[in-house]
Order: sequence, then C-alpha cells, then structure tokens
Amino acid sequence: MFLIHCPYCNEEREQEEFSPAGEAFIARPVEPEGISDEAWADYVFYRTNHKGYHWEQWVHSNGCRKYFMVERSTITHEILKVAAFGADISE
Amino acid sequence: MQKKYSWYSLLKAGLSGQDWDQAIPLVEPKSKYDVIIVGGGGHGLATAYYLAKECGITNIAVLEKGYIGGGNTARNTTIIRSNYLRDEASSLYEHAMKLWEGISEDLNFNVMFSQRGVYNLGHTLQDMRDIERRVNANVLNGIDAQVVTAKEIKEQIPIINTSQNARYPIMGSSYQPRGGVARHDGVAWGFARAAAMLGVDIIQDCEVVGIEVEEGRVKGVKTTRGDIMADRIGCVSAGHSSVLAKMAGLRLPIESHPLQAFVSEAMKPVLHTVVMSNAVHGYISQSDKGDLVIGAGIDGYSSYAQRGASRVIEHSAAAILEMFPIFSRVRMNRQWGGIVDVCPDACPIISPTKVQGLYFNCGWGTGGFKATPGSGHVFAHTIAQDKQHPLAVPFHLDRFTTGALIDEHGAAGVAH
Repeated sequence: MFLIHCPYCNEEREQEEFSPAGEAFIARPVEPEGISDEAWADYVFYRTNHKGYHWEQWVHSNGCRKYFMVERSTITHEILKVAAFGADISE
Repeated sequence: MQKKYSWYSLLKAGLSGQDWDQAIPLVEPKSKYDVIIVGGGGHGLATAYYLAKECGITNIAVLEKGYIGGGNTARNTTIIRSNYLRDEASSLYEHAMKLWEGISEDLNFNVMFSQRGVYNLGHTLQDMRDIERRVNANVLNGIDAQVVTAKEIKEQIPIINTSQNARYPIMGSSYQPRGGVARHDGVAWGFARAAAMLGVDIIQDCEVVGIEVEEGRVKGVKTTRGDIMADRIGCVSAGHSSVLAKMAGLRLPIESHPLQAFVSEAMKPVLHTVVMSNAVHGYISQSDKGDLVIGAGIDGYSSYAQRGASRVIEHSAAAILEMFPIFSRVRMNRQWGGIVDVCPDACPIISPTKVQGLYFNCGWGTGGFKATPGSGHVFAHTIAQDKQHPLAVPFHLDRFTTGALIDEHGAAGVAH
C-alpha cells in the first residue's frame, strides 16, 4: 500500500482510491489495418513489464475519475513523479 | 551419491540419530552443459528431472538465484485440480494430475499429495450455469467432476455457512474428488533430489544476469558465478520471465503482479477438503500441520516486490469469514506475497522463441503449482526434441499473434 498524489485533485491519497491502468506510452496504431499481425499483437498483448522505475497509468476511480501518469518503482513502489497526460515529463 | 529412501533407511537413520545424507548436493557450476534450466522452482526442477529421466539428457544445470523451495513453489496455497473449462487447458492440467497420482513413488520422496477433493462454490445463478457448463466439459474430457447442491455441501462441510441470509448465499458448487493439496516445498525438494540422483547439477545462489545470443542462436548465460555455455536454455522463472526475455532481446505478453496468501495458527482438524470461491474471492484448506491456508487475489498494479496491499488480504479474509463464520476468532500467523507472471488469457506459455535454442515456460500466473509435474514433463520434451510436446502446442507464443487465445478466465477466475 502506498500514497499517490492526484495531479487533478492536487492531493495525496491512499492507493486504494485509485485503480492501476497499465503501462504508459502504449500508443494505438494510427492505421490498424495497415500493420502486421505481429505489430498488432505487440500493441494489444506484449508489455515491457519493467523491473525498476517505469511510467504507468492510474485512474482516480474513487475520486475525480481522471486518468494520469505515474513514474513508480516496481521494486520498492516508490513514486518519483506524477503527471497529467500531455504534461512535459522530461527533466 | 545419496541413497534411496526406504523403510529400512528411515528406521536405520531414525535409530542411529544422525545418518542422513544431504538431500541435494551442493555443486560448483561447470563451464558447459547440454541444457541449462534457468529457475530452480518446481517447474524448472521437474523439467530437469524429466529431461534426465525420459529424454536421455543428463548433462543439465538448474540455475537458481536463491535457494530451492524459496520462491513461488513455497509461496502458493498448494491446491491441485484439473477441472478447467477448455480442452487445451484441461488436457494439460489433467496430464499433471495423472503424474501427481504417482509422484511420491516416482521421486522416492513423499510430497504428501492428498486427494481430499476441491469444491468451487457458486453464489449466483450465473455462477451455477458456469459451473454446470464446466462440469459437463470436464466429464466429456474424462475428468472427474460433479455439480453438488448447497445441501450436499453442508452435509460434507458442516462448518460452512449455507444460510440464505449471507450477503452472497452459496447456491452449489462443482466438486472434483481427485483434487487436493500437496506439500509444496516438498515438491521442490523431491524433484531436486530425484534430478540430482540422475546427474543433474542443481546450482543454488546463482543468478543469471545475461543471456548470450549469437546470430539468432543462444550460446550460454552470464551468471553471478561465472559464464556457463549451453546450446539449449529453458527459462522457467515465473515472475521474472520478462526480465530474462529482455536479456535475450525479447518481449513477452506478461505482467508481473504480487499474489498474497496467509496462514493461521495451527489448530485441530476442522476442514477436511479444499473450498474455493471465485465470486467472493477466497480459497481455503487446512494443512496437515493444522494451519488454515488462505489465498487472496493479485494486486492490480505491476510489481516485483514480494508483498501486496493489506486491503487485498482483508478482502479475502472477509470472504472466508462469510463462508466460515466459525473462523472469526482464528488468529493469523503469517502473510506473504509471491510474484506471478500473468498472461492475458490466464494460460501459460510453453514455447520456443525467435532465438534458436531458447525456450520459455512461463505465464502460469496465479495457478502454476497444480501443473508442476505436467509442466515440467511437456517442457522437457519440448526442449529435448526442439518441437513442442503435443499437449504444449496450443500454448505457443504465436497464439497472441494468431488470436487463438485459450480464455480460461471463466474456469480459473481469481482462485486459479
């Protein structure tokens, strides 16, 4: 169990209020008809499943119900950053 | 080399006090093997055992980063059953069940396999329809299964609450009489000892940190105890499968999640069978030692930490208490988590890869223990012949590209 800062509510809340929504930056192919079955499978099923810090999506399901991104360690669960979609996360 | 266990050896060692051989010899890794198995859990050890026993390959190393019986093999709730819905899955799990039935004699090691029956409860009309469908599918596949009513459950398990006043009343269940439990770490020890007796090197405290690939062929592994060469490598590393795949430049359709379980203090026999409920989300049995063994669900976020949120076990404890109010004052002793490799269709991957000589046996998710001997058996044949065992064919990695998924969420649900 850990705390997550919701960038929309601007509050630190218990993880229980949120639902995980998978790895971030998985873009839907622009032209699904035009790509190979392998590329489509990679988009739908394959995951990096990174051990360490990675960007993932969460939704504040028992709060504002908005989706946002979190940079979290999958080893320690420590959260480095949270960001709204479209926000500048380089730094 | 170790001796075969027998009544005589037991009596002799028992009377003389301290005459036990080391069960699993500690060996130094050689520089080259015919086959390397990465991961010394039940599945990996079973793979090595069947390679040596049935495939004529004995120059094998099993590389375990921790110690034998320290990973998921000793972190599960030990439930064994084969009542899966789909033909592909039920054939594989039933193959394992048949091997379980002779495993203690085969390994010369008592894994305390106990066919005490498994109930999968239904709490809604839809649950009961699904249960009837699954039981019918099982019967057609020659697997023992029956639908039992709430009244019959109550007769068999007097402490269960079948009252209509429960939040989710028990309406009935499926029952597999041949299902049961086994001593999980004993399974790891038994396979390790039996494999070692056939000449397999079991190398503990040896973590793989790199996989050598040259021109699309696997060459060997880099480990914390030096480089080891092999033309064929089988990866059986459960929650860390994606990490190993990355070392060979591959990706897998897998996410790692924590799965939690907990046990109570030991008590006198009170529950003689295994009770599972997908709908309210909890499963329970009583070990031979006397403690209640209770399994929870996975945490939804991906994680490599062997722990999860307390709300997940609270949820399962609440479900168990609704079914067994008698346990409300039982004190819990220990709680832990294991990292499980969850596949999108809740079915395993037993498959060659794009890298020649590199095979993966993973994706067992929350329900791999029950398949241990079957998984090792079909994976051994897959590695030995460089061709999938017939039972493993549907579990090829290709299914995520072709779309031929084996959707076992219905039969497996949470309590897998």
